Amino acid sequence: MKSLLLELRSSLLAVLTLGLVVCGAYPVAVWGAAQLLFKEKADGSLIRDPDGTVRGSALLGQPFSGPSYFHPRPSAAGTGYDGAYSGGTNLGPTSKKLADAVEMAAKAYRAENGLPETEIVPADAVTSSGSGLDPHISPSNAELQVHRVAQARSLPADTVRVLVAKYTEPRSLNVFGEPGVNVLLLNRALDALPKDSGTNRR
Amino acid sequence: MNPSSPWLELAAFVAALLLITKPLGNYLLAVLDPNGRTFLDPVVKPLERLTFRLCGIDAQRQQDWKRYSLSLLTFSAVSMLFTYFVLRYQDRLPLNPQGFAGLSPALAFNTAASFTTNTNWQNYAGEATMSYFSQMVALAFHNFASAAAGIGVAAALVRGIAGHSTKSLGSFWSDLVRVTYYLLVPLSFVFALVLVSQGIVQSFGPYETARLVEPQSVRIQKIGADGVPAVDTFGHAVFTEQRVATQTIVQGPIASQVAIKMLGTNGGGYVNANAAHPFENPTPLSNFLQMLSIFAIPSALTYYLGRTVKSPRHGWAVWTAMFVLFLAGALVAWKAEAAGNPVHQRLGVSVADGNMEGKEVRFGIFESALFATVTTDASCGAVNAMHDSLTPLGGLVPLFNMQTGEVIFGGVGAGLYGMLIFVVLAVFIAGLMVGRTPEYLGKKIEAYDVKLVMLVLIVLSTAVLGFTAWGAVSEWGRAGLNNSGPHGFSEVLYAFSSGVGNNGSAFAGLTGNPSNGDWHYNVTGGLAMLIGRFLMIVPILALAGSLGAKKRLPASAGTFRTEGITFVVLLVGTVVLVGALTFLPALAMGPVLEHFLLQTGQLF
Repeated sequence: MKSLLLELRSSLLAVLTLGLVVCGAYPVAVWGAAQLLFKEKADGSLIRDPDGTVRGSALLGQPFSGPSYFHPRPSAAGTGYDGAYSGGTNLGPTSKKLADAVEMAAKAYRAENGLPETEIVPADAVTSSGSGLDPHISPSNAELQVHRVAQARSLPADTVRVLVAKYTEPRSLNVFGEPGVNVLLLNRALDALPKDSGTNRR
Repeated sequence: MNPSSPWLELAAFVAALLLITKPLGNYLLAVLDPNGRTFLDPVVKPLERLTFRLCGIDAQRQQDWKRYSLSLLTFSAVSMLFTYFVLRYQDRLPLNPQGFAGLSPALAFNTAASFTTNTNWQNYAGEATMSYFSQMVALAFHNFASAAAGIGVAAALVRGIAGHSTKSLGSFWSDLVRVTYYLLVPLSFVFALVLVSQGIVQSFGPYETARLVEPQSVRIQKIGADGVPAVDTFGHAVFTEQRVATQTIVQGPIASQVAIKMLGTNGGGYVNANAAHPFENPTPLSNFLQMLSIFAIPSALTYYLGRTVKSPRHGWAVWTAMFVLFLAGALVAWKAEAAGNPVHQRLGVSVADGNMEGKEVRFGIFESALFATVTTDASCGAVNAMHDSLTPLGGLVPLFNMQTGEVIFGGVGAGLYGMLIFVVLAVFIAGLMVGRTPEYLGKKIEAYDVKLVMLVLIVLSTAVLGFTAWGAVSEWGRAGLNNSGPHGFSEVLYAFSSGVGNNGSAFAGLTGNPSNGDWHYNVTGGLAMLIGRFLMIVPILALAGSLGAKKRLPASAGTFRTEGITFVVLLVGTVVLVGALTFLPALAMGPVLEHFLLQTGQLF
């Protein structure tokens, strides 16, 4: 009994002391060093207008549905790209609900982008990501959307392709992961093009 | 596309793991010796002394297995209660800029059990539930403490094996404090900064609100005043248009938490989507480093084992057995995910892209499959893709990994002591086959030791299968399902395999904390995790005590050598056989059945 009381006392004190170090000093030290070295990233890689309004984060996808924008992947986060509720559909491979959603998304994708009904669609264009906030689409998905966006903006397709290439993030160190096109940055760049840049040719 | 890059990445992963195993193992030798010297002594030693003085602990005092268990159990109980109360009353505590309410008793119990046992099963969505204080103090505390305690138990078992007619297994308090101060905090600090350089957030401000570039109008199902979705007179759902013009951008001390959640194989995400969320895992490089950090300490502990028992080749043999099991799982999961979903492919989805449901573009098929394997080999449980949406065979791999008892590198400490259970069993079986008294590194394995080993194995598998059976036939169990057919059963089986294995990953469609307040999943899950942790640790410490008290016999010509290929094959065989014999019937009803139904196009 005496040893149990001794251990209890040590436990209580150890929770307090270790707590100060690992829950207080440690995160605050990381915060201090991170704010000093990588402030912009530590604050969430925010994208701002010149007047300071936050328009998004370079790391988080946003919903787009108009014809003049590249469209991101379907999203299961809240009503779509809801930053306060990240997550996937969690539907399994034999889910009828998922198969129906994929079928509808594929039909809509082909119709939007003027593709024949038999066209094979990229998997990322019709499936939801794990986070629901995936900022990227695959390069082949972007390529299939180029014509629609170019037409809606009266731009030559090649002008759009140049921007797609510019916002395609390669594999890390050319080996790790897969390349992806950052949809938000790409759409922001499209909006930033001078209004008359495409009209010369049309 | 560069088809060779997954192979290159796999090679880089293995090479990096091999490179860090020995130096980190050597460092562990110093950390786990109360008088060991490290290069951090000038800074940390004073802090260590101060801690022992404040807590009234004599770190030099040796403990036998009973005292070591008592220290560990009281510490775990006290810290679990602490977390329980912080979570219940977070609304009255500081650092809660979003004004989140306190948790319900059932959810607070489940979460406190989850983090105390190094499981980090999460029946809640972090960014919508937990204040900064709860994340940083109630939860992150255990990320360090449960990891350090696990490493301590592994070290105690190794000391027992290496000992000679001794009762002492070291000191729990010394292990706890030294592992935290010399290993976990410094490594996490450096790792957290590397992660911030990749884009992980570390701030204390309130959540940001962004004005969307293209505001959307979305159709959502109308909810009636009674909280139930409204329906028209024909029973169809009623939809309303809603304008969405802003996006919430989560903030908080994320990097500091992600670093230790990986290094300590805890796995509890800061946000709901865990390591799939760009703020927890922004780049393929951060993903690679996170996978490596999961395996780092468990791998180094095999080196610690080899050096401590003065047979480095034994350490490497255990490492090799773990590695073989890891590689087999990784290849199966990768190929299954790359093959994709035949039903979706018939609808016109590109075959070459594989199964992208629940996966992130930046990681693609390979990094997602590798992560799923690594996180369930080790009892980490962080996920960078939704496991619920893996193909049947791609989901079978994580499930089976957890059912082996988390011994493929395993959790920090837990992986090694779990694997040593199988080593003792393998040695025992080899002894039976040749008809000699089994010996492990000069220690006779006797009836008492084998009984302890079997106790661990039986308690764990009974807990997994028992809770699964209960859930599968109960109203409360089926109410939580997100999928039907065999996949629904897999969700329940996965939940309790993950809980008992102290993994914490999920087939996350399962609703463990339903809005109607049903407590069953919270309570059974919490019990499963406590059983999986403490009914494993106590028999293992007893085994350590028993082995330590034995005399060390000199090796003879008839001694079974615990190194080399024969031993590796025997050990791998033991792990696979025990796992398969116990869980094959359950697996056949879940992922195996689903695999064959999927090939025929059967949907649910």
